[in-house]
Amino acid sequence: MSGHPTYQPQSAFMRWMERRLPIAGLVYSSFVVYPTPRNLNYWWTFGGVLAFMLGVQIVTGIVLAMHYMPHVDFAFDSVEQIMRDVNYGWLLRYLHSNGASMFFLAAYIHMFRGMYYGSYKDPREVLWILGVILLLLMIMTGFMGYVLPWGQMSFWAATVITNLFSAIPLVGESVVTWLWGGYAVGNPTLNRFYSLHYLLPFVIVGVVVLHIWALHVAGQNNPAGIEPKTEHDTVAFTPYATIKDSFFLAVFCILLAWFVFYIPNFLGHPDNYIPANPAVTPTHIVPEWYYLPFYAILRAIPNKLLGVMALGASILILAFLPWLDTSKVRSAHYRPLYRQFFWVFVVVCIGLGWLGSKPPEGNYVLFARIFTVYYFAYFLVILPLLGKIEKTKPLPNSISESVLRAGKPIGAPAPPPAGAKA
Amino acid sequence: MASARTILALAVSFAALGAPALAQEHETPSPPMNKWSFAGPFGKFDRAQLQRGFKVYREVCQVCHGLKLVAFRTLADPGGPGFTTAQATAIAAEYQVKGEPDDQGEVKDRPGRLADVFPPPFPNDQAARARYNAVPPDLSVIAKARGYERGFPRWVGDMFTQYQEQGVDYLTALMEGYKDTPPAGVTIPPGSFYNEYFPGHAIAMPQPLTDKRVDYTDGAPMTVEQYAKDISAFLMWTAEPHLEARKRIGMQVFIFLIVLSVLLYFTKKKVWHAVELHPEELKPRPPTEYPRA
Repeated sequence: MSGHPTYQPQSAFMRWMERRLPIAGLVYSSFVVYPTPRNLNYWWTFGGVLAFMLGVQIVTGIVLAMHYMPHVDFAFDSVEQIMRDVNYGWLLRYLHSNGASMFFLAAYIHMFRGMYYGSYKDPREVLWILGVILLLLMIMTGFMGYVLPWGQMSFWAATVITNLFSAIPLVGESVVTWLWGGYAVGNPTLNRFYSLHYLLPFVIVGVVVLHIWALHVAGQNNPAGIEPKTEHDTVAFTPYATIKDSFFLAVFCILLAWFVFYIPNFLGHPDNYIPANPAVTPTHIVPEWYYLPFYAILRAIPNKLLGVMALGASILILAFLPWLDTSKVRSAHYRPLYRQFFWVFVVVCIGLGWLGSKPPEGNYVLFARIFTVYYFAYFLVILPLLGKIEKTKPLPNSISESVLRAGKPIGAPAPPPAGAKA
Repeated sequence: MASARTILALAVSFAALGAPALAQEHETPSPPMNKWSFAGPFGKFDRAQLQRGFKVYREVCQVCHGLKLVAFRTLADPGGPGFTTAQATAIAAEYQVKGEPDDQGEVKDRPGRLADVFPPPFPNDQAARARYNAVPPDLSVIAKARGYERGFPRWVGDMFTQYQEQGVDYLTALMEGYKDTPPAGVTIPPGSFYNEYFPGHAIAMPQPLTDKRVDYTDGAPMTVEQYAKDISAFLMWTAEPHLEARKRIGMQVFIFLIVLSVLLYFTKKKVWHAVELHPEELKPRPPTEYPRA
């Protein structure tokens, strides 16, 4: 977008600074005058929520790391020490563990929003792929973080997940030994997971910067799925998007606070309050809720190697979504058929999540297989075909037209913005 | 809404097919849900109950079960059983804990101090197994380390009712779940006891509580039922010693966040007012154009 005003330094110092490091100008053009489509709904506020949650995780995580001891003999007790003896340690730890869940919840909603409104389509393919990379990094970080308290679920999750690599032909066993740093999950494993769990969030920060950069080059998609054409189609990021994002962020924090203060262990598994014991296998090894759909796909396939490949493919396939969806129309709003398949897809993902928490037997396996087939068919069959056969609804001429409500007077002079009255 | 109907149909058929599989899982009855003073958003421990529970721990459980994460000083902490520091010091002194090396390098036991944790009942797991054929678990976080399957749709409701007492409900039921003779067709291996609520029903721990086993001086009934509730409440405190502070601060955070959300909502409404009335007129407008107050 061109034509919006550029940053004019007001003070002598800022003029001096701007000639040397134009950071104020960057912030100004990216977060102040940056034009955002005027018709964005609340599903678009999850990007801001995610940035906030990343900050929460890093800040609480750094403080937790000051008290945590990554050693098999002390890890469990040091976490309990944090809960008992560190000032507000219980708050830090519950914020961090429930924060991870809320982080994933927001990420999944953010992704479903992108899928519903076709936000991955030309020219936003790279933006979307960076998002898939972020999801992968989050999955790795979350998994390693779950291992750190060194409870029963931590230990056995680490065992099950690292063992997946043993499915690789020929070198599988060596790879697993290399990952463990020994011949079983042990102290070297815990140590390196801790190291990587501290490192990866900063890699995430880096990719988030790229993600936002790509977003600001291509501009935001919007519920109508058409590009802004004139200045009338957009509003300035500040104050419009900032205030809307702030409001929703506060609402989201209410949800986070509900979990942190009132049901902090709701999303956890009681077994993780039992110290890790390599000699005792829990009855059901279940991962955190946010991995359950992928876990269900893994277990739906009777062959280990194929199961692991399906697990990997279920995430990687997202990166190819921009080319698998052949429809030229972005928003599901104008795609009556796509909309139905999309909602079935959402139900299938939630269903897979539920099945992932159940033992792999009887009807659970049957359903997991049906849902796995739909999951992949959605990307590989339904989306490519729909673009060819679907009769889409006519698109509006402009974003302004799509938001105009019948009966509202148009053409009257605009009042000064709200801030001007102050 | 065709899509909504599709979803509903899918969900219903899914639930119907999932249900029989669920039913098979529940051979063990769900523990009854008790009323706890510490449940819900305003929950607080009942000090008298915690003190009674502590008495049960000392006179019954302590022989086999440790509390290695609990320090004596915490007995006098706010939000706990409400002992005075003097009482906590006296309690600590009743225990013999492993001392520090003296100037001859010898390590002797000494009376416990406030900073010490409850000494373990066994020097190591092997000693426990040799004596009891099993390792009695440490009870510090047991109230959070146990639970039972809530099943769909109850777990969804738990999110709203804030039901976080699976652990204590299970422990209470376990204390009361012993049967002298297992039901017909159930055989229990020697050295084990039948318990209705224990997964698999064969528990290595003999029935720990009997009526009148622990003397209560505050008039509370000296029944297994009461003992079970009191010890479970005490173990909830050992597992979550800052529960009261958590819920109290939670309420403050809640009020703050709700007020903040309401204020932000009206601010947002006001800022967006112009856009919604005259959408065609709005241009990206830098804040520098706004008059300063």
